[in-house]
Amino acid sequence: MSATGIGAAVRRKEDHRFITGQGRYTDDVNRPGQAQAYFLRSPHAHAKIKSIDTKAAAAMPGVLGIFTGADLAADKIGGLICGWMIHNKDGSPMRAGAHPALAQGRVRYVGDHVAVVVAETLAQAKDAAEAIVVDYQELSAVVETAKAAGAKTVIHDEAPDNTVFNWHLGDKDATDKAFKAAKHVTKLDLVNNRLVPNAMEPRAAVGDYDAGEGIFTLYTTSQNPHVARLVLSAFIGIAPENKLRVIAPDVGGGFGSKIFIYAEETVCVWAAKKVGRPVKWTADRTEAFLSDAHGRDHVTHAELATDADGKILALKVHTTANLGAYLSTFSSSVPTYLYAPLLSGQYDIPAIYCEVDAVYTNTAPVDAYRGAGRPEATFVVERLIEVTARQLGKDPAKFRLQNYIRKFPHQTPVIMAYDTGNYAASLKKALEIIDYKGIGKRKRDSARAGKLRGIGFSSYIEACGIAPSAAVGSLGAGVGLWESAEVRVNPIGTVEVLTGSHSHGQGHETTFAQLVSDRLGIPIDNVSIIHGDTDKVQMGMGTYGSRSGAVGMSAIYKAIDKVIAKGKKVAAYVLEADEADIDFADGNFTVKGTDRKLDFGSCALQAYVAHKFNGQELEPGLKEGAFYDPTNFTFPAGVHICELEIDPQTGVTKIDRWAAVDDFGVVINPMIVEGQVHGGIAQGVGQALLEGARYNSDGQLVTASFMDYTMPRADDLPSFDVGMTVTPCPSNPLGIKGCGEAGAIASPPAVINAITDALGHEDIAMPATPQAVWRAAQKSISRLAAE
Amino acid sequence: MYAFTYHKPTSARQAATLLAKKEDAKLLAGGHTLLPTMKQRLASPAAIVDLGACADLKGITLKGRNIVIGAMTTHAEVAASAEVQAAIPALAYLASHIGDPHVRHRGTIGGSVANNDPAADYPAALLALGATVITNKRKLTAEEFFTGLYETALEEGEIITKVSFPLVSKAGYAKFRNPASRYAMVGVFVAKRGSDVRVAVTGAGEGGVFRWPEAETALKVRFSPKSLDGFKHGSKGINGDIHADPEYRAHLIGVMTRQAVAQATGK
Amino acid sequence: MTTVSLTVNGKAVSANIDPRTLLVQFLRENLRLTGTHVGCDTSQCGACLVHIDGKAVKACTTLAVSVDGAAITTIEGLAQDGKLHPMQEAFREHHGLQCGFCTPGMIMSAVDMVNRRGHELDEKTIREDLDGNICRCTGYHNIVKAIAAGAEAMGKAGVTTRQAAE
Repeated sequence: MSATGIGAAVRRKEDHRFITGQGRYTDDVNRPGQAQAYFLRSPHAHAKIKSIDTKAAAAMPGVLGIFTGADLAADKIGGLICGWMIHNKDGSPMRAGAHPALAQGRVRYVGDHVAVVVAETLAQAKDAAEAIVVDYQELSAVVETAKAAGAKTVIHDEAPDNTVFNWHLGDKDATDKAFKAAKHVTKLDLVNNRLVPNAMEPRAAVGDYDAGEGIFTLYTTSQNPHVARLVLSAFIGIAPENKLRVIAPDVGGGFGSKIFIYAEETVCVWAAKKVGRPVKWTADRTEAFLSDAHGRDHVTHAELATDADGKILALKVHTTANLGAYLSTFSSSVPTYLYAPLLSGQYDIPAIYCEVDAVYTNTAPVDAYRGAGRPEATFVVERLIEVTARQLGKDPAKFRLQNYIRKFPHQTPVIMAYDTGNYAASLKKALEIIDYKGIGKRKRDSARAGKLRGIGFSSYIEACGIAPSAAVGSLGAGVGLWESAEVRVNPIGTVEVLTGSHSHGQGHETTFAQLVSDRLGIPIDNVSIIHGDTDKVQMGMGTYGSRSGAVGMSAIYKAIDKVIAKGKKVAAYVLEADEADIDFADGNFTVKGTDRKLDFGSCALQAYVAHKFNGQELEPGLKEGAFYDPTNFTFPAGVHICELEIDPQTGVTKIDRWAAVDDFGVVINPMIVEGQVHGGIAQGVGQALLEGARYNSDGQLVTASFMDYTMPRADDLPSFDVGMTVTPCPSNPLGIKGCGEAGAIASPPAVINAITDALGHEDIAMPATPQAVWRAAQKSISRLAAE
Repeated sequence: MYAFTYHKPTSARQAATLLAKKEDAKLLAGGHTLLPTMKQRLASPAAIVDLGACADLKGITLKGRNIVIGAMTTHAEVAASAEVQAAIPALAYLASHIGDPHVRHRGTIGGSVANNDPAADYPAALLALGATVITNKRKLTAEEFFTGLYETALEEGEIITKVSFPLVSKAGYAKFRNPASRYAMVGVFVAKRGSDVRVAVTGAGEGGVFRWPEAETALKVRFSPKSLDGFKHGSKGINGDIHADPEYRAHLIGVMTRQAVAQATGK
Repeated sequence: MTTVSLTVNGKAVSANIDPRTLLVQFLRENLRLTGTHVGCDTSQCGACLVHIDGKAVKACTTLAVSVDGAAITTIEGLAQDGKLHPMQEAFREHHGLQCGFCTPGMIMSAVDMVNRRGHELDEKTIREDLDGNICRCTGYHNIVKAIAAGAEAMGKAGVTTRQAAE
């Protein structure tokens, strides 16, 4: 391994600009003549708009334009789309209501977009927005996930019972049969709490229009600028793709929430032409809370059947998923194909059946948030496993070992064909790290100090590397999920890589460069990674679902193969040898069995000067592109163990130890991978202990700022012990599985399993706040006293 | 934020004149409550009188048996003050736990006291220590000064200039922070002077800071956490929100009071 | 409009501004020093931290006119003569950042922490003192390590912020 190659903990190339304040985020972009947009948002969860009077507002100082849904409609600007078609059990398509970028006569959640004011300054835009008179007729709101279906109030006429779809996966008959034969059945009712992604950079957009060329440019906080361009062009109708450039510069975290195509960026780029000025919008934090797509929000009943020995026989799940007031870009895929196919976890489960009802409510749209469906599945499986072990009187580690899949490939009853893994190895390592043998003593020590100590496991699996295009197409996706790369070798051998992946914290500028440096044998500083601009990178699918290593880097790998192949041809001419006799290693083309060689930089120069061959024999230049379409999902898996202590006096839960052992396949940069694990665990611990978006019965978001929504802070978390095991992924050339979401997927059940272990009962929901834990601990104390 | 005119007097007297003269004027101290409120357009003063240059409102002095703190003294200055640490360590401790380090660099005792946020820390200290609020017009005991949620006895044109804390033999402060905002969800300041004991609770009361007479009586018998064993504050009059309902908050009052007494007695 | 004169990263700056201009707006919009960020409206996330006369303050909750005459250091002013401040170096070395958005505030907070608490910082102290800074990417694990190492490096190099930046 070289100091900058695959496997090295290379310090990040992108850091210099961030630590010196030179990062360039969307809100840092300022175009000449730029105006400011401010969105007037609905104060009601559900209302008819009887009229909007903008006359007085339009006359206010600095106002350049005020636009409503009627103006968008007049310009034939289409609504926002949901790009994944789900079919009901009966085969009929899902029932989706329209999603206008600015309201058309109806608002459906607090924060819904009513009008936009474009003015010289933000203060003037806000002043004018206050002067817009909207006559609302309030309607009753549907807020609760479990009560939305069949509620009297109908949110979209297209879905008369507020149900978007009733979907299922698996074999119902086989599952029912297995349950009948079972000796033990564990039943759990679970709520997967609604979360607000809260990337630290709020969403922002700058729309610009070049009237001379007729070209729109949109700077936006996006994880996938090409998908944004595709949707804005093909579906929303802003401009044809060749007249629309989308740039996602530095993006300050996404976690899924910046995948989607939102109303604000749509309106900003459209309005730039309307007012003849660049138009900027930046969310304040409360706008982010109100209008960013939220995550999770499931209500689930699940049952696990085992035989007399504790061998798992079957799993049955019914989930109601809240999709909010409108279908966001990928919302329908999250509680379906990103959820149910993961319900087999790491276990050999012969029969699985899952039903999902997706509902509309008068709340913000819900879509993918770090893990997207897989944390929800893991929570169901790992809570059931832990509780079953307890009910059967088995050690939770041994019970897992008993039921782990051991032979690969393994076809689950829910679509997925796991290619490789070694779950027992991860468990063994995690048990060592946490010192499982010492837990009894540590529990006694805690008890002596008046504290309750608990330990909780989570053996998760995820399907990443999304995804084989044919597979997702057959399941309803509107796009293919390949990735593209172009490797441009300059005449003196420096390299630019153009990638369709997008980095918003993942460190691609470093890891992708490590791959290039490693394979071409050139210094890492000679490699630049370019992404996030549709004018530079031709097409790409972006970064989400832990796909950029497995899919994005595989595309680069493929393009490098082509560069090397072309280089061999060039070298053959230069070294006057047969192409078949040319080898390439460590940055040199050599002739087999001789000492003749050509270094990579010289080869590039020869390719461009083209003196040694003529263009009819070989094209000059050294630049190759590739599209990589994966052949399977990848299956990162691991074991996380959480050990914590509860103060029954206050209900405060303190995580004392955390062991995380993950199998991500081949690791390009362990420093970066560990960082991804840390961050994921923090978000999962946030879900388990701290975070929860709460609407009141009127549909007002009660947690609309950091004053009320508990973000994990440094003193809420411990340091984490992170270990790795490696089984290389067989389906991609690098053996990578993906690491971005694992922490967030693994951690919530580990925390709740530890809390319930400490409490001695299962009656606690997420987030397990001090109040909730205190109340639950009173039960434990009275039960202990009774014993 | 709406537009306003800005004034920066250099003495309390000048500030008072401006406050009287300018229509709808508001005083700006550290700004950590007023500015966020104005940013949200929930307050729209026509004039801002910034007290930041009033040197006569700053500083900490030991006057006889009192620690006197100028209204524009920041939380960080109170926390770091050798005089306060020596005279009433619990008060320095309290100041060192308000907000976060950066808020403490700007936030002031006068601003905190004048705002009387039900989740602020200082009101508990003032009430428990029997402090006197000194304004440009008069002197008020803490009990007279805090009149309700966000309400004080301050009249139009009146400016807090100093807060005077009488020394006590023992004092302690314990708070349970709101997990999200980190403000006091329950904060309890206990103080013992001679045979007198005061217990003041912030963060929990529907009407703002209040005293807990039953606990005071028990602690007068013996100033020890043990005196409070089995003691519970009722949940009547205790506020509730998504983080803590009245029952849980009331329970925490007991826990925090015992912790504060433990701190005061070094146990 | 009112005039404000400040020293920003060692340079004298004077401008005629609307009194409602927040310090963070003044830095970002008037001076185009966009390293100082806005991550919330309630002075909790700390992305906007700058040093005013050597002390870390939230620039989103400070009027620019209020600090007339003060010396301001922003993230752009921390490195001297092209040489990174030891705390910046430590954040890179220990992978204390991912998306980079909270990072300027984190670094300004860390330097302020060293100024207040010295060069030997244990994990508990660092975690508690980071009360006013929110990061969504790192889980704080590597930020804590970076600050401990940066504090030590500042001690060895004999650097405080004040010397380094003002």
